Amino acid sequence: MRRRHFLTLSAATLGGVLVYSLDRKASLLASEQIPIRIPLRFFTETEALLVAAAASRIFPSEDSGPGAREAGVSIYIDRQLAGSYGRDRFRYTQPPFEEAPAELGYQGKETPRQIYREGLRSLKGFHLLSPAEQDKSLQQIESSVFFAILRQNTIEGMFCDPLHGGNAGMVGWQLIGFPGPRMSNYDEIEKHYGKPFRPKAASLSQVTGKKIHPSEDES
Amino acid sequence: MKTLPAVDAVIIGGGWAGLLMAKELGSRTALSIVVLERGVSRNPSDYEDAMDELEYAIRMRMMQDLSQETVTLRHNPGQRALPLRQHGSFLPGAGVGGSGEHWNALCPRFLPDCFELLSRTTEKYGAKALPEDHSIRDWGVTYDELEPYYTRADKLLGVSGKAGNLKGKKIEGGNIFEGSRSEEYPTPPTKVPYFASLFRDAAKSLGYHPFPAPSATLSQSYTNPDGISRGGCTYCGFCGRFGCMVGAKAQPTTLLLPIIQKRKNVILRTGAWARRILLNSESKSKARGVTYIDASGEEIFQPASLVFLSSWTFNNTRLLLLSGIGEPYDPATGRGTVGSNLTHQVSTNAATAFFEQPLNRFMGSGSAATLVGDFDGDVFDRGTLPFLRGGTLGARGYGFQPIANFGVVPNSVKAKWGSEWKNAAVDYYDRTGVIGFTGEHLAYKSNFMDLDPAYKDKLGDPLLRLTLDWRDNEKKMADFATTKAVEIARVMNAKEINPFSGLRSYDSTRYQTTHVQGGTIMGNSPSHSVVNPCLQHWQLSNLFILGGSTFPQNSSMNPTPTILALTLRTADAIVDRYLKSPGPLA
Repeated sequence: MRRRHFLTLSAATLGGVLVYSLDRKASLLASEQIPIRIPLRFFTETEALLVAAAASRIFPSEDSGPGAREAGVSIYIDRQLAGSYGRDRFRYTQPPFEEAPAELGYQGKETPRQIYREGLRSLKGFHLLSPAEQDKSLQQIESSVFFAILRQNTIEGMFCDPLHGGNAGMVGWQLIGFPGPRMSNYDEIEKHYGKPFRPKAASLSQVTGKKIHPSEDES
Repeated sequence: MKTLPAVDAVIIGGGWAGLLMAKELGSRTALSIVVLERGVSRNPSDYEDAMDELEYAIRMRMMQDLSQETVTLRHNPGQRALPLRQHGSFLPGAGVGGSGEHWNALCPRFLPDCFELLSRTTEKYGAKALPEDHSIRDWGVTYDELEPYYTRADKLLGVSGKAGNLKGKKIEGGNIFEGSRSEEYPTPPTKVPYFASLFRDAAKSLGYHPFPAPSATLSQSYTNPDGISRGGCTYCGFCGRFGCMVGAKAQPTTLLLPIIQKRKNVILRTGAWARRILLNSESKSKARGVTYIDASGEEIFQPASLVFLSSWTFNNTRLLLLSGIGEPYDPATGRGTVGSNLTHQVSTNAATAFFEQPLNRFMGSGSAATLVGDFDGDVFDRGTLPFLRGGTLGARGYGFQPIANFGVVPNSVKAKWGSEWKNAAVDYYDRTGVIGFTGEHLAYKSNFMDLDPAYKDKLGDPLLRLTLDWRDNEKKMADFATTKAVEIARVMNAKEINPFSGLRSYDSTRYQTTHVQGGTIMGNSPSHSVVNPCLQHWQLSNLFILGGSTFPQNSSMNPTPTILALTLRTADAIVDRYLKSPGPLA
């Protein structure tokens, strides 16, 4: 069994966020200045710090609004890699593996887990660099498969339903005016033409009143 | 191998076509029927808590599991094909209801001349106007013959829309270019999302004829002729890639499954992976049943007097090839028919437009759209335009979700990540609208399907190999549509416009449509088609093939109503003629 790793973060940087205890029960942390330890399912602590740092250069936190750090993107990616996505459960992975033009899509043998593990090796010490140095370092890997899935997973972690561990406190949705799943817009769709209509965001669990188990928890 | 007791009919594939045939034969006759569906069982209640973009739209929970089987692709016969290892340009569904569960429910008919494409085009422009390597064909059925079945399909689904041609009379506000309809749509058009209304007004001011997209997601509650009632759409926006939360979207599980489940003569077996259609050993002139692997891995033989193949374009073609039924098509010699006439559909974001004002685009439905048919088919004066046929422009109000749609920025923003990109993408997130184009794909001699020599499925059977690429006709058509879309976007007062950058090699990574057709085409002659106009196999008179695999080439429109109409027509031919006197119907 792998050694247990934790990501230690201050609750304030995460907003008020759902975190998972080791038995995968969710609990809501108040935004207090006490450090919290989030159990990691796939990453080592150092890897999680690297991913958090890189994701927050892709989707920075700034005056204009929250970014990957507040949304908990690194926690989201950790859960995805631990689940079926990370091990390519649904991808065609039979050999032979051949080089191909881009129009035929990713042809590699490596799973997302392997791509991250290998990619993060090339970012050694990244989280200790200055933001400008970090950007330079990312520019060097911009065309890699690793960077492409890191960027994609960062967007996912910003805007997924909070049940997947990202979009903590629905900060991503609020940033762009997306209200989450709404059972009905019937009375609204032909109103508000040209004017912003911004209902209060609500997650799938809040809308349905049910506890939804994300598929990445089934392993 | 275990052999089960014989039944009257076995149906391979439990999607729209297979379940519609099961419903028709199951309720109109006493035939014993088994439907073999390799995916999971599904019920409408499965979707009540499914509004999860990541799980359904990004990880694609409702699509085929590619770890078990995919297809390979190459652009021309000189290349080595490689497997499509993840979903991309099309999204075949899995499980009961198939792609009919996760569709967007756009429900138009094909233009009348699509069914006689070869003869009409030759008549008007001469044979020399056709591309040199085309394999365009007439269908062997006309729009007028199909019209009553289109009307039945419309009523089955309750399609919402406005007629533009009622018994030959053109009606403003509908699609005035459509074929003559014998009846108005069963329900009125859907509501209009803001972006679609901008498009409608701009198109009208340019002299075009915008119309509300026909929608199988209901505008209001409706009870169909089978007594199935559904409520109207709530515009939640979780349609394409999802099942409908409220049952407003027409799905096989809402319209067909409840009837099938009540019929004692119909059995639906899930987890049943059809592997071969067997022929009678003496004459090879009849199918005698289907072998499949059940959920436990055991190989089973299901004997049947009638066999229906309705497992979507790819598997319809692949099962014939694996079973050695008919002669595989060879583009070098032009011999054989199985696998020929592979077509997809021209589908582009013709103009991505960025606006000053917000669009509130989280509200919508997969088929709440405004379309323009002024450049479709052959309805316009093409003057010196360097291509044949055309397509529709449209403004869709799907209900946009953030993972799939965040990050689109005007071309003037060069960054793809970091602060500049984030700020522009946040700024434009709800101010971006796409004018889309879908156009006809002609059939060509070297766009075809056969069995891949290298890659196998989970059982060790060869994968299907696609040889597919665009030709000048599609590239020029797409460019033309882009100029028209940009013109409309300007009138919509877009601040900035990203025009489509042009079709190049067929790109399997960009989602286009799930309208892949051909491989077992219908026609008037066994020399170039696999099935006759009743969708009956030319050589094996007890084998019928249903679905888009029977289309000789693709229209610009969504195929489901045409698939349903053809299936109903075949069901009538079987009930009225075949069962009384089994044998060739054409």
